[in-house]
Amino acid sequence: MDLEILKALQENSQQTYTKIGKRLNLAHSTVYDRVKKMENAKIINGYTAIVDLEKTGVRNILAIVTVYTDPKETGRVAEKLAQRPEVLEAYTSFSDELLIVTKVVAQSQEDLHEFIANSVAPMDGVLRIRTSIVTKKLKETHFSITNCTGQLHL
Amino acid sequence: MTVENSSRILRTVPREKAFYFFTSIGNYTGLSAISLKEFVDRINEVNVKSLEFHLGRGDFEKWTAEVLEDQWLAGEIKRIQRSGLMGEALRNQLSLTVSRRMKRLMNPGSFRF
Repeated sequence: MDLEILKALQENSQQTYTKIGKRLNLAHSTVYDRVKKMENAKIINGYTAIVDLEKTGVRNILAIVTVYTDPKETGRVAEKLAQRPEVLEAYTSFSDELLIVTKVVAQSQEDLHEFIANSVAPMDGVLRIRTSIVTKKLKETHFSITNCTGQLHL
Repeated sequence: MTVENSSRILRTVPREKAFYFFTSIGNYTGLSAISLKEFVDRINEVNVKSLEFHLGRGDFEKWTAEVLEDQWLAGEIKRIQRSGLMGEALRNQLSLTVSRRMKRLMNPGSFRF
């Protein structure tokens, strides 16, 4: 039941509990209770507007920035990066070396370079940085629970 | 040039004021310099693309003027930028100019500017 409610919310989080209830044959109060439980359990972490930055006309560039680090410093560098508003996403990974992969937004190439040169390169443990500026976005989506089966344990 | 001024230019600066060598926007080589001495060393070892990148942007000139506070060297670097040198010829000229300046600053009494 919870998975079905999550699927409905992921499709449209603005629909009413009554509408979700009708679709799932549940009372709206049941839907409300389950949603509150999932919010309290941090399964649902918020509801947000998905904005197409290009259509807003706001000047911006996206870049995938890979930061190669001293293995002893990776966690600390990743945490610092994750706190920066310019960093939209941050992941640590291990290939041949320990590295941090981030998605960074900036208003211009110059702002991007300034951020990396003044705020990322000087961090202790940063060995080198590779940056790819995104020229075309073909797909951007979030994990969808639509194809999941099973039960949530609350 | 006073001994105090020479010492100031030759000092080691904090890491956050270091010069970080990039080869293009956002691509950091892993090399940095926190003093004029290290600056010469890095000029001699970094990928020459990095020298071309920073010289074209005026980064060397800016760092020597604003961080090392050496206006004379900044002016010389500006002259190199205007010369249009590229590749190893650029490296050689930069290395020569900066290392000569460093030697003069290390012996401030023996030269007049």
